[in-house]
Parts: sequence; C-alpha cells; structure tokens
Amino acid sequence: MTEYRIQGNTGEWEVVIGLEVHAQVTSESKLFSGSSTGFGAEPNSHVSLVDAAMPGMLPVPNRECLRQAVRTGMAINAQINRWSRFDRKNYFYADLPQGYQISQLYHPIVGEGEIEVTLNEKDPDSVVKTIGIERIHVEQDAGKLMHDQHPTMSFVDLNRSGVALMEIVSRPDMRSPQEAGAYVKKLRSILRYVGSCDGNMEQGSMRADVNVSVRKPGGDLGTRTETKNVNSIRFMMQAIEYEAQRQVDLIESGGAVVQETRLFDANKMETRSMRSKEDAHDYRYFPDPDLLPVELDDAFLEECRASLPELPDAKRARYESLGLTAYNAAVLTAEAETAFWFEDLLAEGVDAKQGSNWLMSELFGALNKLGKTLDESPVSPKQAAELLRLVADGTISGSISKQVFEIMLETGQAASAIVEEKGLKQTSDTGAIEAEIAKIMAANEDKVTEYRSGKDKLFGFFVGQTMKAMQGKANPQIINDLLKKALG
Amino acid sequence: MSVDKDTVNKIARLSRIAISDAEADKMVGELNGILAWVEQLGEVDVTGVEPMTAVIPNTLRLRDDVVTDGDVRDKVLANAPAKEGSFFGVPKVIE
Repeated sequence: MTEYRIQGNTGEWEVVIGLEVHAQVTSESKLFSGSSTGFGAEPNSHVSLVDAAMPGMLPVPNRECLRQAVRTGMAINAQINRWSRFDRKNYFYADLPQGYQISQLYHPIVGEGEIEVTLNEKDPDSVVKTIGIERIHVEQDAGKLMHDQHPTMSFVDLNRSGVALMEIVSRPDMRSPQEAGAYVKKLRSILRYVGSCDGNMEQGSMRADVNVSVRKPGGDLGTRTETKNVNSIRFMMQAIEYEAQRQVDLIESGGAVVQETRLFDANKMETRSMRSKEDAHDYRYFPDPDLLPVELDDAFLEECRASLPELPDAKRARYESLGLTAYNAAVLTAEAETAFWFEDLLAEGVDAKQGSNWLMSELFGALNKLGKTLDESPVSPKQAAELLRLVADGTISGSISKQVFEIMLETGQAASAIVEEKGLKQTSDTGAIEAEIAKIMAANEDKVTEYRSGKDKLFGFFVGQTMKAMQGKANPQIINDLLKKALG
Repeated sequence: MSVDKDTVNKIARLSRIAISDAEADKMVGELNGILAWVEQLGEVDVTGVEPMTAVIPNTLRLRDDVVTDGDVRDKVLANAPAKEGSFFGVPKVIE
C-alpha cells in the first residue's frame, strides 16, 4: 500500500494513530445490577438503587459480561488473565452518580492480542496488516446528559448508567485514516460474530476515542491528542485527517502540540479542545474495596472457548476451499449477518458455488432495489434453497428461476408452488422442441442458408428464437443438441 | 510519605470539598500524622507475602444475566434536589 503522508512546508509527516474503542457488551442486565440494558426506555426507568449509587448499595458482577469480554479476547488471540480486578476511577460529573467509575486499570481481564486488517477487504490482493491490541477491560458506562431542554438545568437520564462496556485499547499501530477505518470495521465484524456487542454505532453501542500524533517518518513519537467519543467510522477518519493536519500546521508555524482531550464537531468537520481543567485527569485510581478479584476457572474458560463461532478469517479460508472466488468469500464473510445467512443456505444443502453466486448477484441486487437489509429479506434461506434446488435438478432453467424469484419477492410464495401454478417447468419434450425449430427454420430460410455457408455465429440466434418460442421453458442443452442436428 | 499544603488543597479541590486556609494548615498536620502512623507498617518485611484481598477466604460472587431490578423511577428520584418529569435536574453543565 502507498504510505499516507501529510505534505508540510518542512517536508513529509507521518501520522500515528491508536484507538480506544468502547463496545457495549450484549447482555440483558447491567454490569453490577439487575436492571435492564434495553435501549430507548422511559428516562430513569432502567435504574436500580445500585445504578443510582444510593448509600449502602453493593455491586455484584454479571457473569455474562465477563464471559463476553473473555470470548472477545479469545477471538483476537489475546492473553486471558485468570486473575483480574476492578478499580475505581474517581471524578465528578453529573452523569456519574457514584463519583467514580468502576473500571480495570491495573489488572485488566484481557491482555495482549492482535487483529489482522486488510485495507480493502473485498480485494484479495490488498495488503494485510497486523494491529496490536494492548488490552480489553470491562467497565461501567455513564448516564446521559441533555443540555437543551431547560434554560438553567441539564437533565440526567441514568438508564445507560452501569451498562457494561469493553474498552478495547489498540497499540499505536495505525498510520492512516484508512487503516483506522479498516481496523474498526474488522473489530466490529469480530464483535458481531462473537455476539459480544451489536456494533451499532448509530445507537452508541460502539464509539472510539482517537489518539493522534504526527512525526517525521521514522522519527520519535510526537505528542498526542485524544479526540473523544467519535461515533462513526466516517467521522473518525475525518477527525484523524483534520487533527493530523492541524498538528502539522501548528508545529510548522513554531507551536507545539499540547496533550489534551478534544471533541470532533461533525457539522464543522473539525476537532476542538475541551478546555478541561488541568487536573481533571487526576483520577486517583485504587482497587474497589466493594469487589473481590475476578478469578476465572478452567471450566469457565473452556466454555468460553467452546462457544466461539468460526471467525471471519477462518470462514473466508474455508469458503475459498469450497471453490468460492476470493472476492465472494471476502464479501460473504465481512459481515456476520451475511455469513450467517449464507451458512443457513448451505445448511439446506445448497451447493456453495451456486449459492454464493446467487446470493451475491440475485439476492443482493433485489435487496438493493428494495432498499432492504439482509435481515429484512422477504425470502428466507430455506425458501431460497428450494428455488436453487429446482435449478440444480433441472426442474427449471436459470432464466426462469429469475422470474420465479421476482414472484417470490412480491408474494412470499414458495418456489415450487409458483412453478406449478404458472407452468414454468423446464421441458425436455423433444417433439415439441423439434416442432418449434422446424417453424423457425421455415420462417428464416435466409439465415439458415447463411449459417450453412459458414456463419457460425447465427447459431445463437436460433437458440434464442427457440427458447423464446418455448417461453423459456425448454432445457437449453436439448435445444442445442436438436438445433445442431436440424441445421446440419 | 508526607503532604504539603498545595497537595491538601488539590485533594480538597478534586473531592469538591471547600476548606479555608486555616483548615488547610490544620489538615497538613493531621494528614501527615495519619500517614506516619500507617507508615509504621513499612517496618514489617513482607517479601514473598501475597497481598491479602479478603480477611476470610472468599471468592467473588457472580450474578446470572437476568433482569431482576429497575422500574423504580419514583424511588430513584425521590431524594433528588431537583427533577423535571422523569429526569434528574442538575445545574447546567456544558463543555
């Protein structure tokens, strides 16, 4: 891949990027309380006395949240720490009723791992880069503040307060906005495969803190800034681009980058300083005395490992070994939603190549036209498999199958019922076909003469005419054979 | 280990506790007294001793992932100094 460089007045600059991704853990209840994690509920209805930090309330960890963090760690080949511990991160803010966030600073549950990233996952020749993951720890989310509802007050909704997050901290291994984008896409794909996070950035279940610094290529690391809470891949790439350029301009005009927290303004497409107090980051971490250390036993770890699904990279390799093109294998495995749909199709006994070609051209094309996602597909894998079987066993031709599929999309009818009702079965009735061929030859004597005098290309014309006369229902192989015989 | 007046003022600020200058002076003495007292533990040789996490042998209890709590909005909001509808109200905080 070509290196991403910023052209400054003093030469080229290299961008160094590290990401802290906050992923909301998929669970029914919160990390330390039994209240619901459901999105979009009445304000402050999914809040227990624990989440509101009433005096005397004690946290009890949710096993499922720890399990999901461990499974995620296993999916990125990370070291799993059998012994970890929760710490208190102390700061005051209106969305944090405890006055501290329960997090894991010193002993995270997951240690070093890595993710393989391709810049263009759909291009099999794209360069693969390994991005290091430093750690994954588990922590509480904060509540939500609303500033625009009242002239003098901010409103606080604690429904999100205490929901479990995984903070996935990368190494500063990325060198361009594109690499950072590819990393988040791959990470999201893995989380969705594992089922530990829905990866829904619009609803805020995945957001990134973006660390950016610039340096002369190969030089010492520069001072970094951290842009907080970026909630889309596109915004993240824009924020990196803007922030790197800002730092280069600043340094070249004789200034220095200040290590600080910044915000990305998506309307103005710029980052700006949060102007926090200088000691706002003095979190005075210490082990949470309300919680014993987390100790994971063999049975727990064994279950985590056994319940992991086949992951995107392994699946892609397997699909290629089934005869799929590298492109098809990459597209079908990039998103869990697509991969699981295709798996369901295979489970119905559909041939992998036939199924993948159909899914990528016919189904994707139809969904595109309808403006629907795969989850909203009017045709299920089971229904699709029936259609594909009818093609595979010669009951209907490929071209008729497109017609049948159209009707399936509109009516939801089963393929075999449509074929039966409309009389679309492919015919191998040689008598009927021969009769049509005779008619066509009589009507096109000039073309028959031309063909016989060597204009081979006209063969296709006769095939087309015959198929048309048979209303698409004739077996193409039989048409070919009979035409060759008749035309001599 | 000891603290000076600047440190005391900083800790007070981070903890959102207002203290007067005279109180800060007094605190320096009191906190240093406490630190010195705790520091006596440094006389014990703990080489090779695992840090103790609980007084009695105990393991962390974990919950199953089921919804058993919540839906107590009125209780949660009951003691709030200010509320508006279903929300807590706090002095406007905006970056």
